Amino acid sequence: MDRIKDFFSTFLLIELLKGMAVTGRYMFARKITIQFPEERTPMSPRFRGLHALRRYPNGEERCIACKLCETICPALAINIELAQRDDGSRRTTRYDIDLTKCIFCGFCEESCPVDAIVETRIFDYHGESRGDLLYTKDKLLAVGDKNEEQIAKDKAADARYR
Amino acid sequence: MFETVILSLQGLLGPVWPLVYSMAKIVAIVAPLMLGVAYLTYAERKIIGYMQVRIGPNRVGPKGWLQPIADALKLMTKEIIIPSGSNKALFILGPVLAIAPALAAWAVVPFSPELVLANVDASLLYIMAITSMGVYGIVLAGWASNSKYAFLGGMRAAAQIVAYEIAMGFALVGVLMAAQSLNLVEIVKAQQGGVFSWYWLPLFPLFIVYLIASVAETNRAPFDVVEGESEIVGFHVEYSGMAFAVFFLAEYANMILVATLTSIMFLGGWNPLFDFAPFTWIPGFFWLIGKVCFVLFLFLWFRATFPRYRYDQIMRLGWKVFIPVTLVWILVVGAMMQTPYGYLFH
Amino acid sequence: MNFETLIFYFLASIMLFAGLRVITVRHPIHAALYLVLAFFTAAGLWLMLEAEFLAITLVLVYIGAVMVLFLFVVMMLDLDLQRLRQGFWQSLPLAALVGGLMILEMVLVLGRKSFIPDFASMEPHHAADYSNTKELGRLLYTDYVYPFELAAVVLLIAIVAAIAITLRRRKNTKHQDPAEQVKVRRADRVRMVSMPSQKQSEE
Repeated sequence: MDRIKDFFSTFLLIELLKGMAVTGRYMFARKITIQFPEERTPMSPRFRGLHALRRYPNGEERCIACKLCETICPALAINIELAQRDDGSRRTTRYDIDLTKCIFCGFCEESCPVDAIVETRIFDYHGESRGDLLYTKDKLLAVGDKNEEQIAKDKAADARYR
Repeated sequence: MFETVILSLQGLLGPVWPLVYSMAKIVAIVAPLMLGVAYLTYAERKIIGYMQVRIGPNRVGPKGWLQPIADALKLMTKEIIIPSGSNKALFILGPVLAIAPALAAWAVVPFSPELVLANVDASLLYIMAITSMGVYGIVLAGWASNSKYAFLGGMRAAAQIVAYEIAMGFALVGVLMAAQSLNLVEIVKAQQGGVFSWYWLPLFPLFIVYLIASVAETNRAPFDVVEGESEIVGFHVEYSGMAFAVFFLAEYANMILVATLTSIMFLGGWNPLFDFAPFTWIPGFFWLIGKVCFVLFLFLWFRATFPRYRYDQIMRLGWKVFIPVTLVWILVVGAMMQTPYGYLFH
Repeated sequence: MNFETLIFYFLASIMLFAGLRVITVRHPIHAALYLVLAFFTAAGLWLMLEAEFLAITLVLVYIGAVMVLFLFVVMMLDLDLQRLRQGFWQSLPLAALVGGLMILEMVLVLGRKSFIPDFASMEPHHAADYSNTKELGRLLYTDYVYPFELAAVVLLIAIVAAIAITLRRRKNTKHQDPAEQVKVRRADRVRMVSMPSQKQSEE
């Protein structure tokens, strides 16, 4: 009996029609497409995008050239050189992140004792020549200056889980 | 108005008039067809997008209506690369041979009782003969590319198309038995009078076989192993630019062609859905267009729904399922016609 | 010379050229393609003789099916052109003999008076919607029904024989049988087992 039933359901294409019913139904379903440049999906404050170097409110850069980030970076993307300033404080003379190497793991941000290096929410950056993705200290500081407000907000939102 | 223009042109051109008039008619068929192809690609992307809960192309022009034109411009400006190891003459002949049958078959397709380029008597046979030549373009393109992937694609095409052509031919034998004519106009006329006198009902198995075989014949999903764009790559890997676009045009022109043939042979052509007042007001031409659109929508629906067949499954379906089914039903039709119930099949 | 004669000579010259190229061209694939061209022009010539059923059938059967399979096989073969041309001169006398014999036979058959049709008594032209398909069918199933059925039986035997020759079941092949695969139902593979969920251990 079952075999007869199977035979007819095969020849009447029952299962194929079921499949078509599913796709036919979804044709009228609400579309979930996000029109990217105009619309954006919500983001976590922990989002790990483009890096930035932060400053204190008085304009002094936070980074103390401890090199923890350079040490922990699994992709060896960070390069730091340092020198002592006249006032005796350690500061970097060079802070490069090669974004073509970076894997956006966020370890640099985790390891930083002074919250100097952070990852922002910016992910739609681009470079038109090879050097454009080698972010130097100036560029990183510029990113930080530009987005300080958002960075501070994200840090505050995440602070109670740390 | 139209007649006076034709008459004055006839006087002006004299002996070359028939030639010019035929050319004009050909253009009148091919130009809307190409436009149809362009917007079929748009409809495909939109409909499949909707079925996948996306919205499809919507950037070029309002709601993406200019997308096919943008695609065409892009393809036309791209370089045509001819592989150095290829057989150049055949490499260029490939796309030509692919699109020529797809266009030539339209010569006998009737759009209304009067509107047909050449009302030849064996038009059904002509269609079968011409469409059977479409495989040459694919096989030659695959071979002339001098590439293993393209070659394998061409081989798959040859085996698949030959297999499904037989089932398709048998399905049409049923139609011509029912209509007692090889002429497409006569076939449509034999289906006069409402949805229940169209041939899809008495020849239901043949209708289904024809529909599925025509999907296979045009190398559409789920039978698209010939092309297999997502992973196994097909016969046109070495083609680029307009040469590739010609294959694309041929595929979609073939789709429209088989959809039209399905409408003509099984869905009553230009006959209205029901043979009474509000339905008969709409001209037959629009009924035909509507039916063609319905069949094309089915094609796209299939593509959005079914995963690709494995190659041995395709071969089994063609040879071991469709051909027996069509043969049995031809036998049934033939036997029934000898009984008093023969009118059911006329 | 009217327009029709012009077309005839045009098609005939293409056909002769194609036929010549079939045997002179180097590559077997090109030869096969010239053969396709020859068939196609032959179909054109038959159309001019108002034998449209035969012409279209020629295209359908020979171009659409036979030559495709032919190409299929030729493309798959590992052809060594050098080796193919070897032994041309040794085989030439025999080939020439057979060819000459065939020409002789053709001349004997075609040269007879009875074979040349009486053009005067033939109907000159038919209207565009004239169909010889029906007449052909009527002749096949009345006057020539026995030869026709005989040919059908011979073809059937040929099919059976061809399949019988090529069909050998190799042992230990691991090929899949799609028929078996599609027959499988969910019930054959999946067994739904009702199990009570594990109780939380009491501490």
